Order: sequence, then C-alpha cells, then structure tokens
Amino acid sequence: MAIKDYLRQRYFPHMWCPGCGHGIVLNALIRAVQGMGLDKNDIVMTSGIGCSARISGYVDFHTLHTLHGRALAFATGVKLSKPELTLLVPMGDGDALAIGGNHFIHAARRNIDITAIVMNNRIYGMTGGQFSPLSGIGKKATTAPYTTIDSNFDVVKMAVASGATFVARTTAYHVLEAVDLLQKAISHKGFSVVEILSQCPTHYGRKNKEGDASSMMEFQKSKTGKLGSKALEKDPTLIPRGIFVDDKDASEYCSAYDKIIETAMKGR
Amino acid sequence: MARLKLKEHVINREWCKGCGICVHFCPKKVLELDSDEKVVVVRPEDCICCKLCELRCPDLAIEVLSTDDVPAAPASDDDSQDDSNEQ
Ligand SMILES: Cc1ncc(C[n+]2csc(CCOP(=O)(O)OP(=O)(O)O)c2C)c(N)n1
Ligand code: SF4
Ligand code: SF4
Ligand code: SF4
Repeated sequence: MAIKDYLRQRYFPHMWCPGCGHGIVLNALIRAVQGMGLDKNDIVMTSGIGCSARISGYVDFHTLHTLHGRALAFATGVKLSKPELTLLVPMGDGDALAIGGNHFIHAARRNIDITAIVMNNRIYGMTGGQFSPLSGIGKKATTAPYTTIDSNFDVVKMAVASGATFVARTTAYHVLEAVDLLQKAISHKGFSVVEILSQCPTHYGRKNKEGDASSMMEFQKSKTGKLGSKALEKDPTLIPRGIFVDDKDASEYCSAYDKIIETAMKGR
Repeated sequence: MARLKLKEHVINREWCKGCGICVHFCPKKVLELDSDEKVVVVRPEDCICCKLCELRCPDLAIEVLSTDDVPAAPASDDDSQDDSNEQ
C-alpha cells in the first residue's frame, strides 16, 4: 500500500507549524507501519491532548483522540478487549510525563502490549510554550522568563525503572533509525517505549535561541550518540540513542489475564 | 545495491510549508526555496535518490520517484471524522 494511503489526506496540509518535528514522527511512523505490511484496520491509535496528540487525526487507522495524559488508559481498555489489535500511543512530553506520568509508569509496570511513542520537544507546544518535566534546568519558557530551576526526567530511565520491556531513543533527524526502532517496538510483545527527540521551533527553539527547524535538527545530530559508538564513549555528555532494553521473556499482561480467565472458568 | 536513477521529484505545493529542512540536509544541494517559500528542484542531475528529503519532510510534501518505484496509487478517502478540537 502506498504511503499516502495511511493518511487522511483530506486534513492536509496539517496543523503543525513549518518545520515541526512532530510531522517527521508522523512520516517515520507511517513508513514503519507500511514496511511491516500491517493492515491499517488492525491498528488502533489512541492519543491525548497536545500538538503531538493531533497526530491521531492524520493517520487512517482506528483512532481515539481522548483526554490529556489519559491516552494509555484508553489504549489499555482497547487492548484488553481486543488483544489481537496493534495499539499505538503517541504522546507529547507533557502528555506522557506531566499530567500522564502516573498512567505511563503503571502501563509500563503491567507490561501490556502497547507501543508508546514519546514525541519529546521539551515544552508544551500547544498551549504556548510553558516548560515541561523534560525541559531541564536553565531553559527559557513562557513560565520561566528567567530560566527553569526544575530538573528534567530521563524518559528512558523512567521507562526502564517502571518495567517497560522495550525501551529506545532516537531523534527526528535520525529518521531511518526512527523507522527501524518503531518497527522493533511495534513487533515487541509487551510495553514498548520509543522516545523521539522532536523540535518545536515556534516555542522552544525561539525562546532558547536554537534557531530554525534545521538548526534544531543539527543539535539532534551533534548532541546525541549511538549506544556503543566511539562518539558516545569519547563524549559522555552526549544523549545516548539506540535500544536500552529488549526483554522478550517477561510476561505480557493480556496473556497473563487470559490465563486467569482460564483458571477461573475451569470446570465450567 | 543497484544505483537508483531519478525519475522526478513530486512536490505538493499545497502541503509544503517552506521549512527548508529538505534544502538544508540534501547532501547534493539539489533543492531550494522559491520566492513563494516553496521547495523547487534546481539541480536534478545531482540527485543521488537518497530520499532523505522525502523521509525528513514534516509535511509529507515531497516524494522522490526513481527507476524502481511504482507511482503511488490514489489514496482512499472513505470515512469521515469530526476534526473539531476544543483545547
Ligand atoms: C486536563 C487538561 N489540562 C490542561 C490542558 C491544557 N493543555 C493542552 S495541551 C497541554 C500540554 C501539551 O504539551 P505536550 O504534551 O508536551 O505536547 P506538545 O503540544 O508540545 O506536542 C496542556 C497543558 C488540557 N487540555 N487538559
Ligand atoms: S507549537 Fe511547536 S509543537 Fe506545536 S505545532 Fe508548532 S512547532 Fe510543533
Ligand atoms: S521539508 Fe517539506 S515542507 Fe519543508 S521545505 Fe521541504 S518539502 Fe517543503
Ligand atoms: S533524494 Fe537525496 S540527493 Fe535527491 S534531492 Fe532528496 S535529499 Fe537531495
């Protein structure tokens, strides 16, 4: 199937600003799905609220545009009732780890077969550039005109500590790597997290003088390093990219639940 | 791998927002923005069909057709969805 058949073309051009990294995540995601030959009628995408969450309007899968921070709860409901479907949950950093932080850690702890994609632009784009739990210390935002004093979460460490059984990180710049990691995450049976560093030139870029979309993507290129690479070994301040956890043996939630049903129904 | 040969760049001017990402990262400087801030192909003969412009376009506005590609079939448009968003 052609790439464009996975899109709801009637809603294009989309609502994202020129150069927004979220569009590249959309591009990578539909290519990942196409490459795997998945039937779009077997995919359900649930999303919350944010510029990032608007992605669910543009893909021609089954989609649920739900509540801020709660996309994983909706996805859990869908998956438990129809375990044969593939669940994709793209989220902004605020959606996933501020308002939705609790849902995130508990979905990971259960190891339910869902692919969470954190579109991390380190800011609340939709509401005008407030700092998020991913901004980090010393960043400018509308709510931090004199720079932030809050430490940031590390999405990867958070996902690993919470029990996610596939955890990876890449960037919008590294789009081929993003396609590959998304395919591995979707194939994985269990809770997968792929963090994709994305750019918001309109708010984060402008406030923090990182320039236009291309120059923000140059940062994604120069300030990250592949796990196991010489570059990362030489400069440990680089943000690592690659696969951090890939545990194929852990028990998946829907399978475990099926066993409970079997036990409970014994003799009936 | 056989070397791909360029057929054409298919550019959707309605969708292109002139962000310049494809222009900036093209390894062969094949692309430029015109006076309407839309992408145009200025040096097609230099294109190596790496397709990175297509992959990195946030607006899915550029497609690189090469010798072994089949042209994209027309997309389906069979459902409707309330796209209103009160946020
Ligand atoms: C319950 C609730 N609280 C707050 C909001 C306002 N709100 C909308 S989007 C958003 C944050 C979006 O940031 P992020 O999730 O990082 O996504 P981005 O827009 O940067 O892609 C907030 C706080 C809301 N819609 N609902
Ligand atoms: S405000 Fe930022 S995150 Fe939202 S569409 Fe614009 S660039 Fe993207
Ligand atoms: S990357 Fe896409 S939207 Fe940006 S200038 Fe190129 S074709 Fe246009
Ligand atoms: S396919 Fe590669 S070489 Fe050709 S225009 Fe696109 S980025 Fe440039």
